[in-house]
Amino acid sequence: MIEVLYFAWLRERIGLPRETVETSAATVRDLIAELCMKDARYGLAFADISAVRVALDQTLSDFDARLAGVREVAFFPPMTGG
Amino acid sequence: MLRIQEAAFDLGEEANAFDARGAGAVVTFSGIVRDNGGQLIGMHIEHYPAMTERSICAIMDQARARWDLVNVLVIHRYGYLPVGAPIMMVATAALHRVAAFEAAEFLMDYLKSRAPFWKQEITATGAAWVQAKSEDEAALRRWGE
Repeated sequence: MIEVLYFAWLRERIGLPRETVETSAATVRDLIAELCMKDARYGLAFADISAVRVALDQTLSDFDARLAGVREVAFFPPMTGG
Repeated sequence: MLRIQEAAFDLGEEANAFDARGAGAVVTFSGIVRDNGGQLIGMHIEHYPAMTERSICAIMDQARARWDLVNVLVIHRYGYLPVGAPIMMVATAALHRVAAFEAAEFLMDYLKSRAPFWKQEITATGAAWVQAKSEDEAALRRWGE
């Protein structure tokens, strides 16, 4: 079980701020592929992965990172703070 | 010191309250909601609460490690902000101005692209997410990223 969070336009396209996902995905990339199989909304949100950033347990990471031991995965667009 | 808040803050009050005892230079910077030629009504800022504080603390620690700072303050707001409202503020105090200026710029560059905030511009016709700029990412390179 993993908590998956979505922010900004990813949240809007998927239609959820967060969900608990039962997954055996080894990497972030595998998790995205699994999500995209579930519903077309995910395919739309993850269509251009170069526009998506990921954090694992609140630390910026990358799509090849492994999910073993990770509790929270967050997907969001590039940050626009300041 | 770090504050992440929805409430408005007063730039002057914060600058006056900033403890710079022992410093010879204080730099303050504030970002405000610009009206983009009269088009904008306001801005909505979303953030990732569990990550925001942790990531900004890490950025502040890096600034303290690089420059000899007497004090550092970061305030960043989220939620709805009307045109003209301060979005965020950085203050740095150091013995000399070069350290204070550089540390403030460093903090700003990192807050723009490494703190989990997302701005949405609100106009009379709707809302649009602000796109990250490639210059913002490029700005990090001068600090060795």
